[in-house]
Amino acid sequence: MAKELWKGNEAIAEAAVRAGLQAYFGYPITPQTEILEYLSRRMPELGRAFVQAESELGAINMVYGAACTGARVMSSSSSPGVSLMLEGLSYIAGTEVPAVLVNVMRGGPGLGNIAPSQADYNQAVHGGGHGDYPRIVLAPASVQEAIDLMSLSFDLAEKYRMIAMMILDGSVGQMMEPAEMPEMKPLTPHKFDWATDGAIQRERRILSSIYIEPAAEEVANLRLANRWKEVQANEVRYKEYFLDDAEIVVVGFGTAGRVSLSAVRAARAQGIKVGLLRPITVSPFPYEVIDQLTGQAKAFLVTEMNMGQMLSDVRLAVRGRVPVEFHGRPGGVVPFPDEILREIQRVNGADLSVHTDPIDGWLTRMAEVK
Amino acid sequence: MAAPESLVYERPESFTETPTHYCPGCTHGVAHRLVAEVLEEMGVTNRTIGVAPVGCAVFAYNYFDTDFVEAPHGRAPAMATGIKRVLPDRVVFTYQGDGDLASIGMGEIVHAAARGENLTVIFINNANFGMTGGQMAPTTLPGMKTSSSPNGRDVESQGYPIRVSEMLSTLDGVGYCVRRSLHDPKNIRLAKKAIRTAFETQVRGLGFSMVELLSTCPTNWGMTPVNSLKFVEEHMIPAYPLGDYKVSEAIKLVKI
Repeated sequence: MAKELWKGNEAIAEAAVRAGLQAYFGYPITPQTEILEYLSRRMPELGRAFVQAESELGAINMVYGAACTGARVMSSSSSPGVSLMLEGLSYIAGTEVPAVLVNVMRGGPGLGNIAPSQADYNQAVHGGGHGDYPRIVLAPASVQEAIDLMSLSFDLAEKYRMIAMMILDGSVGQMMEPAEMPEMKPLTPHKFDWATDGAIQRERRILSSIYIEPAAEEVANLRLANRWKEVQANEVRYKEYFLDDAEIVVVGFGTAGRVSLSAVRAARAQGIKVGLLRPITVSPFPYEVIDQLTGQAKAFLVTEMNMGQMLSDVRLAVRGRVPVEFHGRPGGVVPFPDEILREIQRVNGADLSVHTDPIDGWLTRMAEVK
Repeated sequence: MAAPESLVYERPESFTETPTHYCPGCTHGVAHRLVAEVLEEMGVTNRTIGVAPVGCAVFAYNYFDTDFVEAPHGRAPAMATGIKRVLPDRVVFTYQGDGDLASIGMGEIVHAAARGENLTVIFINNANFGMTGGQMAPTTLPGMKTSSSPNGRDVESQGYPIRVSEMLSTLDGVGYCVRRSLHDPKNIRLAKKAIRTAFETQVRGLGFSMVELLSTCPTNWGMTPVNSLKFVEEHMIPAYPLGDYKVSEAIKLVKI
């Protein structure tokens, strides 16, 4: 198909439809509302389920119910709305049913603002609802990548009976770019051997997250842990730019990664040996490739639109062998390429220590922001 | 010579053989049985999907020989909405207590009713949170002692009971909404008929249906089973009058 001009949120919605979305449940919240609006028209014209729920609590539990039937189902929200959905996400994870959630992140905490942010990284990757559970988290940096990852999200969720989240900052959701849509997939509902879709000519099934016996809950937890090892072994995705001879490795996801690429190109033009690693799956995180890059890099520079959340994962992979520096713009501010270029120049010229907290230096440099 | 044996009462096939976990004298078992009988009589057991609550009926799925899911506290109507919207030809019901439905789940039940979801809700009103040990519920009667209203529910500081059936009956999406009681055989028969009508409302696509059942909680009320039944009759029914709060014109025409 030819490239067309697509707005990020609408592209996500159409990509989900073409990936075989059978049911959507959502609630309005900026900056993701276009997903809900688009599907309120698109789903009924295809005879598929759409409900604007009474709240994000309602929406995620409708997703939970539909997921139990084995339907391809999703919701979308933005940061405060996702916080409300965490209860449902924990139940979905505990019941081991597949579901897809898109979080078009905005500035926080609290009501915050409606500007692009990456502040929900820890909530998506490490935190979230109560209890122990892993989840797959994908982070697109462009409208095209968001389209491509939509279909993958459903496939991964179903393959591993797990939540697949797509986290993008509001700028990817709101901007328009030329992008190519995949062909419409025929709607061929799966017949899963676990789905509660009515016990017609089979034994009845129960789907629940209850394991009232701790020993049984432990077995269930270990099942999730083992499944996660499989995900880690098979599903890590990232993009490398100029890394072959890079001595400085910039690590950034989503829009921060995309802005960093411009800075890396500019620095290359100045003869600085710098490259970019842009994680696409932030969960499972590409620890291994960072571990390998630590052998060639003299320093890492982590760029994020938050106060340094993925930074912890990069430091975990680097394990103190080389300095890891940080540049972040929290609160809904998007960094410019030239400020990241200045950071690359600083890291290139500085005598850095592995013993200092990268946040200290960052806060000192940010003192000019008042 | 002994009289020839004649079986007049047996376990519905839509009921599993799981021994009950409910307390002696509790009417949950009666309500379960009525639902199971209705599903069997309507011949819909194998295409029914139940949604269990959080509360004493959290293990409701053990008793019905149908597919079942288990919802987060109060969210059963939302989960049921998700199921019914992708499988509109299945029979979907929630079974919820008063803490689940009238306290934490008030948003979900009101909006499922307002949307006119073709669901059936079995609502057990026993005036307290049973599973957690008898705390005050939105349905607790004024002056009634519970473990979190030890001096009796003081309406000045703890508010007034919520009459759910009356409230939901104001919504246009509701096809059938009635209150019945499980305190004696006559009322149990009337309750069964109401449950049947509620499921008939659903299979005919006539909107949201709910049967509120006044129920006992001898353990948490600190009463014998017999005194609990008397309490329902003497104190619950005056506060929660039995009756048909909404019966749509189309449902009035249905003969069972």
